[in-house]
Amino acid sequence: MRFGVVRFPGSCDEVDALRACRRFGDAELLWHGDRDLGAIDAVVVPGGFSYGDYLRAGAIARFSPMMEAVIEFAGDGGPVFGICNGFQVLCEAGLLPGALLPNDSLRFVCRQVEVVVEATDTPFTRTCERGDLLSIPVKHTTGRYFAPPGTLPEDQVVLRYAPGQNPNGAMDDVAGVCNAARNVMGLMPHPEHAVDPLTGSADGGRLFESLAMVPA
Amino acid sequence: MSGAASAAPHRELGLTDSEYEGICAQLGREPNALELAVFSLMWSEHCAYKHSKKLLRLLPAEGPHLLMGPGENAGVVDGGDGLAVAFKVESHNHPSAVEPFQGAATGVGGILRDIFAVGARPIAVLDSLRFGELDSARSRYLFEGAVKGIGHYGNSVGVPTVGGEVQFEQPYEQNCLVNAMCVGIARHEALVRSAAAGVGNQLVLLGARTGRDGIGGASVLASAELSDEAASKRPSVQIGDPFEESRLVECCLELLERGLLRALQDLGAAGLSSSSSEMASKGGVGLDIDVSRVPLREADMEPFEIMISESQERMLCVVDPASLDAVLELCARWEVRATPIGVVTDSGRLRVLEGDEVVGDMPVSALVDDVPLYDLEPAEPGLPVYGDPPARIASDASGGETLLALLGSANVASKRTVFEQYDSIVGSRTARRPGTADAAVLMLGPDGGSRALAVSIDGNGRRVACDPYTGTVEAVLECARNLACVGAEPLGLTNCLNFGNPEKPHIAWQLVRAVEGLRDACLTLGVPVVGGNVSLYNEGADGPIYPTPIVGMVGRLPEPGSAPRVGFAAAGHAVALVGPFAPALEGSELEKLRGGLAGGLPPVDLVKQAAALATLRDVVRSGDLPSAHDISEGGLACALAECCIEGGIGARVELHAVDDAALFGEGPGGVIVAGSPAAVAAVPGAVVIGEVGGDSLEIAGALSLPVERLREVYEGAIPAALA
Repeated sequence: MRFGVVRFPGSCDEVDALRACRRFGDAELLWHGDRDLGAIDAVVVPGGFSYGDYLRAGAIARFSPMMEAVIEFAGDGGPVFGICNGFQVLCEAGLLPGALLPNDSLRFVCRQVEVVVEATDTPFTRTCERGDLLSIPVKHTTGRYFAPPGTLPEDQVVLRYAPGQNPNGAMDDVAGVCNAARNVMGLMPHPEHAVDPLTGSADGGRLFESLAMVPA
Repeated sequence: MSGAASAAPHRELGLTDSEYEGICAQLGREPNALELAVFSLMWSEHCAYKHSKKLLRLLPAEGPHLLMGPGENAGVVDGGDGLAVAFKVESHNHPSAVEPFQGAATGVGGILRDIFAVGARPIAVLDSLRFGELDSARSRYLFEGAVKGIGHYGNSVGVPTVGGEVQFEQPYEQNCLVNAMCVGIARHEALVRSAAAGVGNQLVLLGARTGRDGIGGASVLASAELSDEAASKRPSVQIGDPFEESRLVECCLELLERGLLRALQDLGAAGLSSSSSEMASKGGVGLDIDVSRVPLREADMEPFEIMISESQERMLCVVDPASLDAVLELCARWEVRATPIGVVTDSGRLRVLEGDEVVGDMPVSALVDDVPLYDLEPAEPGLPVYGDPPARIASDASGGETLLALLGSANVASKRTVFEQYDSIVGSRTARRPGTADAAVLMLGPDGGSRALAVSIDGNGRRVACDPYTGTVEAVLECARNLACVGAEPLGLTNCLNFGNPEKPHIAWQLVRAVEGLRDACLTLGVPVVGGNVSLYNEGADGPIYPTPIVGMVGRLPEPGSAPRVGFAAAGHAVALVGPFAPALEGSELEKLRGGLAGGLPPVDLVKQAAALATLRDVVRSGDLPSAHDISEGGLACALAECCIEGGIGARVELHAVDDAALFGEGPGGVIVAGSPAAVAAVPGAVVIGEVGGDSLEIAGALSLPVERLREVYEGAIPAALA
């Protein structure tokens, strides 16, 4: 398994994501200005503030040359995993339903939360059981998931915040969703910051582990 | 301002008549308008440390781990395994008092640039904040704005904010304090200095365009007292762009990694004027700068404006002509603007050109080295400088009522509202997050190291106001104790001295006594002062701030996984008190709530305190203690409550005495440790005072309160004050 982690100007968590991927496979950084994915089996779109996010989170990054390649890769069924800002970028790119709105507190929030695994028939959660609780941190200002009624089938909800732990006012406690084809997933929590008990938890590693089992 | 005399241009710019004469003598003529503007900033308190430089020579700047001391952009110590650790604290007080969001944000931006200017990757930010009491709308506005600004900048750049402290006291009502500290990591061989070198080498300006924002910002605002006209200075506050900074960081580090730069310097206060003249001074060279080549945000800027603009996110570097193309190419890849604006000369002069025309010509030595320094005229005040705070608690309150009042006071209460607005985990190094341990613990594994760093920032202005010498000694001890509580040995210290107007004898006295305390504490602990910052004139019409020396330390520990946490870990663990600890009510949080401000603090035995810290560190490093927490604001009872709240479990404690001083008194040296009875018995000098367990904190004969009640008050106080 070879992961490619996209690096936009303004990305913050790309190196952390790269290291998390390397615990489970090979990984390299993909430059935003390139159009060639190379020999990649899965794409990670990492967290941060791509292009400064001054217009709207993810709104500029989605037009980068690399995202054109990622959209094509996703269309061919390749697994694409968007974390935080990456989730925002994938929603902006139309690869995932819904949008991320400002937190109901209107503040940045950095906090360890528990999420419940709602679906295991995805390349991202196949090592989990339905109902598993994963302890993973969130850190964002624009993480309140919203999808207009009827646009998010229940089977596309992959992760929910555990009861009472919704940190941003997300609709129905939604923390992570996938597309209808189930090969693209976005989530607000940062699994790359939960791969080592020394930094708080290793639960996020199970998502990378799942991805690494995708046949190359 | 009126009258012909005060209209003299140099006075308008803050220079005295004798300073103006000195400039004329150095130049051999009267300065033109550009030169006068440059001199006025280079000779300002903020840039030249006119009133503090002589005093700062008292501080010890030598130590076994020191790699780069004061004088460079940041101090650097040896982190082991070939890693260098750069760190520095700096103030952005006056800009934050005028515009808290941008003032605090650019404070973070500026300290980050100081760190990567020496070639180190920034890995952590800490902040130390002071505001008036939260029942004031102005203080709430400044507090919320500053916290948002710090978060906005640090989070967006991708550097974690891992620690800090906030206090609320009336004397900061007009003049808040925003001190930011940054820690960075480099391989030893990657460190770079700021001395310009190599006649004929190119001077390249990196980063943002230069605009009128911040003309006379930091240097002007920070060199005079705040007045009612402060709001009119809002345009002087710089605007930060963390996206520009994040590219600048990556670009500069890659330029250095490829060996393409001869020297690097950030543009801070006084902009191009100070960065260029300091680089030239350190290298013993001259510089020619052509302002017509500087990329501008506004087309019609005057040469003097270009030279003194404090636009953010800019760096200046010296490049060998043979490397220039490679530098420009790499900058283009990172979308960082890079413009050759001048050359290194052997003239020893800073020459400012506009195309072919020389518009300014000044000896570098006059700008940097021959600045007039002033002796302070300290005098111990005969009368109290500060009024008593208002009483907020009855003197006959019960033990339980007193504990709740203290836990609910803004200085003691949980700062979760603050630290949850900061990304404390990006970089994957943070083994102890804010609120969980007495110092933040950062693993060096991602950097190729085998050990970890601990960082803390501390200060208590009210105690320094009671006794400037002892209060400052205590600040150093508290910082070192926080490090010891996670098993770290201090490598170096940085400080920011926030004081009032040093031309007033009683402020000069506070400053001198504080620096003497800092010196004595550092000498006894064997910790070098690797650099720092001085912020003077922190006063308004209502009087001066409390004298507030802020101390930041970086320490090293072998094993991050066993660093103790604040919270009690398990029922049945023994709770013990480690000293020497002689709690007293003078200067305590309880004294403040009762409406008092002492005129002195009990003396501190530095040698004993230093020995106890070494013992504590060794004990912690044994790895058998899950909990350790130092006793600070609110005394032993508050520290115990914090251990219970963080651990989510109660404790039963018996003390020899349960008077106010024993329960709520403060003073250096006290630490609560908890662990298995055998582990606690092995701690030299530890006195067992109780056992972890149950749902309540019980102190026999004094108080018994459910942990959930303690938590509500402790966690709820600041959100309620802001609601």
